Amino acid sequence: MHANILVIAEHLKGRLSGIVFEMLGKAHALATETGGGVEVLLMGHGVRALAEELGLASRVLLCDHPALAAYTPQACLDVAEQVIARRAPDLVLIASSSMGLDIAAPLSVRLGVPHVSSCRDLRITAGRAIVTSQMYGGKMLVESHLDLRGAIVSVLPGAFPEDAGRIAREAVIEALPVEGLDAPHMRFTRLIEQSGTDIDITQTPVLIAVGRGIQNRENIAMVEELAAIAQGAVCASRPVVDQGWLPMTRQIGRSGMIVKPKLYMALGISGAPEHVEGMKDAELIVAVNTDAQAPIFGIAHYGVVADIADVVPALTEALRNAHAPA
Amino acid sequence: MNIVVLMKQVPDLVEELEVDAGGTLLDRAWLRFITSEYDDHALEQALLLKEQHGGTVRVLALDMGEADEMLFTALAKGADSAVKLSGDFATGIDSHSAAGIYRHALEGASFDLILTGVQAIDDLDGPAGAMLATHLGLPYIGVVSGIDVDTANGEAHVRKEYPGGLLAEFTVDLPAVIGIQAAMQPPRYVPISRIRQTMKTASIDETAAQGERIAGAISVERMYKPERAGSATMLEGSADSIAERLLDILTEHGIGR
Amino acid sequence: MDLTAAPFLGIPEYALLWALSAVCIGLFALRIAFFVRILRLAKPESRLHHIGKRLRMVMTDVLVQPRFFDRTSAVHAIVWPVHLVIFWGFVCYAVTFGWSLVKGLVPGLPIPWPEEIPIVATLVDLFGGIVLVALAIAAFRRYALRPRGVKRTVDAGIILVLIALVMLTSLAGAAAGIAGRGEATPEAWLPFAGMLAGLFTPSGAPALQHAFWWSHMGIVLGFLAYLPYSKHFHLLASPFGVFLGQTDAIGKMRADDSAEVEGRFDLRDFTWRELLTPLACAECGRCDRACPSYNSGEALSPQDLVHGLKEHVLAAGPLLLRANGGAAALRPAMNGAFPPDAVWACATCASCMEHCPVRNEHLPLITRARRRLVSHGAVDAHLRDTLTAFARYGNSFGQSERARAKWTQGLPFRLKDARKEPVDVLWFVGDYASYDVRVQNITRAVATLFDRAGLDVGILYDAERNAGNDARRIGEEGMFEMLAEKNVAALSHCTYNRIVTTDPHSYNTLRNEYPDYGLSAPVVHHTELLLDLVRGGALRVSPLSIRATYHDPCYLGRYNGVYDAPRALLRAVGVELAEMPRNRRDGYCCGAGGGRIWMEDRPGSGERPAESRVREAVALGDVTVLVSACPKDIVMFQDALKTTGNEGALAVRDVAELVLQAAAAFAPAAQEV
Repeated sequence: MHANILVIAEHLKGRLSGIVFEMLGKAHALATETGGGVEVLLMGHGVRALAEELGLASRVLLCDHPALAAYTPQACLDVAEQVIARRAPDLVLIASSSMGLDIAAPLSVRLGVPHVSSCRDLRITAGRAIVTSQMYGGKMLVESHLDLRGAIVSVLPGAFPEDAGRIAREAVIEALPVEGLDAPHMRFTRLIEQSGTDIDITQTPVLIAVGRGIQNRENIAMVEELAAIAQGAVCASRPVVDQGWLPMTRQIGRSGMIVKPKLYMALGISGAPEHVEGMKDAELIVAVNTDAQAPIFGIAHYGVVADIADVVPALTEALRNAHAPA
Repeated sequence: MNIVVLMKQVPDLVEELEVDAGGTLLDRAWLRFITSEYDDHALEQALLLKEQHGGTVRVLALDMGEADEMLFTALAKGADSAVKLSGDFATGIDSHSAAGIYRHALEGASFDLILTGVQAIDDLDGPAGAMLATHLGLPYIGVVSGIDVDTANGEAHVRKEYPGGLLAEFTVDLPAVIGIQAAMQPPRYVPISRIRQTMKTASIDETAAQGERIAGAISVERMYKPERAGSATMLEGSADSIAERLLDILTEHGIGR
Repeated sequence: MDLTAAPFLGIPEYALLWALSAVCIGLFALRIAFFVRILRLAKPESRLHHIGKRLRMVMTDVLVQPRFFDRTSAVHAIVWPVHLVIFWGFVCYAVTFGWSLVKGLVPGLPIPWPEEIPIVATLVDLFGGIVLVALAIAAFRRYALRPRGVKRTVDAGIILVLIALVMLTSLAGAAAGIAGRGEATPEAWLPFAGMLAGLFTPSGAPALQHAFWWSHMGIVLGFLAYLPYSKHFHLLASPFGVFLGQTDAIGKMRADDSAEVEGRFDLRDFTWRELLTPLACAECGRCDRACPSYNSGEALSPQDLVHGLKEHVLAAGPLLLRANGGAAALRPAMNGAFPPDAVWACATCASCMEHCPVRNEHLPLITRARRRLVSHGAVDAHLRDTLTAFARYGNSFGQSERARAKWTQGLPFRLKDARKEPVDVLWFVGDYASYDVRVQNITRAVATLFDRAGLDVGILYDAERNAGNDARRIGEEGMFEMLAEKNVAALSHCTYNRIVTTDPHSYNTLRNEYPDYGLSAPVVHHTELLLDLVRGGALRVSPLSIRATYHDPCYLGRYNGVYDAPRALLRAVGVELAEMPRNRRDGYCCGAGGGRIWMEDRPGSGERPAESRVREAVALGDVTVLVSACPKDIVMFQDALKTTGNEGALAVRDVAELVLQAAAAFAPAAQEV
């Protein structure tokens, strides 16, 4: 059967999120396989330029309205519901992101269709969608089967290659009327940027990241020493920042920074999806963790099962010796 | 400010997870439960708002895992009442069904705010809080790490986290449902003696969970542990030999001069 | 000679003396009554058992004062003779003063003046002179040498001057007497007064002698009135403090007796003995100098903590008394008396108590403050996570209890499960020994030694929980109770004769506190047991030739007096021991106790205790190994070796590792096959 797939786009500060291209690329491949088509729903105000980037889609459905100028969960939910109801796709893909988390599940309730979250892989076989989701902090994979009757799938960033969705092709854009956004119970007021004088870790080529496994604040000094020798910076997963051991400007992950350094060394980080989202695109990932089963080893290029208190000083020493004039 | 907090128990990842013989569920024999981290933050945020504005905090939970312990702990921390919704949840429950049960439990109740964790590690079909909001016709915002309530105008100013360290601020009319990513302070510590005392003096309201189970919407075919993806090359040996090996790898990649 | 018979301005002098005495003694009595009433508001505490032991404590700590002898430096060592002289001089002068007062109040009383008895006159003269010399040394030390922890308060200055005046007026009076008579009291040897006698002319001397007598009496009476209002109240309170000191093991903490979890922290939350502590304090600063946190620049000064409580007693006491102990609204809260950062900085090493000359008890005050903070949830993030881990998993590592015995994997022999079969010795392993990868090797070494010795030993496997020693000292009493109950329940299902533990913290609570929870078996530390095994021949060793120094873990040494077994064991395996300057009761804490290991150092604080200790060991120059007998020490010292850059200079080892080395030298793995 033909699978017609609708991808819901998201954008922030005038740029489409990478996940949109991941979903678009995957949707296009699946649609091609089954002889269906892909539509992308783009909501915003004055965002036609973004629609132009989505040429791979059979059609870009553009909902332009002042009330959509900034992402607002309620407005997006209302518009998406209308569009989906009207277009009746077989499958809807939404990003498993800060924005997607607000609307995917409510859409499934409003539309009376199933929803599967945290998708890491997606296939269509015998007229059913087979979704592999990452559950329990990445410690389990769950495969669920869905009828292609409008099911909604939330896709984890990093699940599919982004490049597949970034094909330069002229976009077919169809503007849709937007209705019923008059009395919102929810108003966007402002965007708050983490201002600060801290270094910008998105621009640092070497990042040494610490997680729960760091145990205590004193150990951060040890890691900072390593970072200094490696000419990099220390960053962290959420628990470390929540402890107040590093500033928020150093947080990597869904609610932190998205980084693509040359080296990402994950020390005592288990690799929960929220964190992986922020660092999966690093060129070289080295993970050190005492738990051999930690999901971080699933995305790392090199792994060491050891205590960071042993490995870090040894590596610091090795780097120091390497730098020392012979 | 009358606040409802939805809390739930999830498998504790400290224990090794195993799949049961059926191949679609976690093996219950080794399972141990813990309060979902985000729900703990939701409770903390509720208690902070209560301290600021007065009112009550009412905690709702399905009878799963160590629900009693979780609810008594919530009472010991300062919640005013705790409701346990009992039913057959031995093999867990999907969020759609849970949202339906909460809807029944809250119908006709009066409250200004419902707080719950933005998600849980076992929310295969999404967060129940977001779905409950739809059932109740209330606005919902998730991934929130800051709330200020303006009681005079009946609205809340919430800060939602975006990637890249950005925060978006929204004004929401109350009542509303908020999915908490983090409370404005880390969850408080409550001494064991207070929990024990609470177990003796306070009580949990128990009512039967109502609402239809929405079974079959998703059929889980398989649950399995991820293989340690072939991608990672594992380095073994003494700390020093590992360090030497890492040094070579970094040099290969042109890192560290 | 009747010094008070003549009238002065028409009033008989004895009447004036009556009036002056009434005022001064009245002021004195008022203050004493105030303190007594405060203490009566406080909680009860039984301190009248062990009378014999108490009398012995008074005999030594009041009459001989050995705790004043501080061998760590000359500046401090000098205080012992100085204080002892001043103390005994004071006793002598107090007796003669009382005597003179009675005689002065009742003219014509048919007893001689004290100075009329040659031996008394000589004693008074000698003490007067020697005390003046002692005062000069004390003043020089305090004001010129300015040792750390010794405060230069106005109070301290006034006291020094007053004592000097008491002595001077007495000596001058005696000197004037000599000048007036042209000779000393018959047969009395008065070397100091004799030296001063030349200053006076025979004609003016009688009037001066009279004036000096009055000055002396006036100053002493004034002193009496001033005394209880000054830090010198310790002079009266400390003998009681010593008599009422702790006679039980210091490792046994009192259960939480706070009546309510909520409510305010005020004087009535303390026991009367705890409130006596600040009254008995002489502000000598020994506690500060002995305190590892104070020395590291943490927010804690035990002396200031005690002083803060005293200020609170003085400020809040009258309000409380006026409110007659009731009226909650009038209960003044503790305010700044116990700042949280100071309270949390304590490593509970008990060095302050060990070194307090008046046997004051600082730790119960800190525990009380901590319990109050914990009851309000006021704990920092790391500590909160640790406590939560205790509650959930029974260990501080936040790991599953099922992983507790993971360290046994790979042992070439099977360690019995004490839950399933009877054992002679039940080994309570402890958290760090079980979970910390840096310590597990030591734990395996101990297991190997037990196996080699053929010891019938087993462990509790998953059923063991943290013993709760540190949880209790963090102030989480409910957590301690829960952990103790769980451990005692697990132990009650086992058959065993005695318990051995590799962890001094567990050792302390199992031995001193678990009996209250139903544990009756004897508890030994692994160094004690290994010593028996080596001495009894069950464990054969070839002597090593290593020169090492031994660090006394606080909870083994100061808390439980186990100083000799580890040393004897080390010598038995051929280790040549060099002592660090701070050894045995002066042993310097690694900084990990009382939950400190799970807390943050104060930003910008100085050298950490473990670093100081490692440097002390390195400074010995010729030792290659720093030996300890506590897993937390091992972890702390290994870190400190790195942070002080001494990794090459010194190795950190547990006693058991050296014993295994010696055992392996005797029979390389013979019994492992």
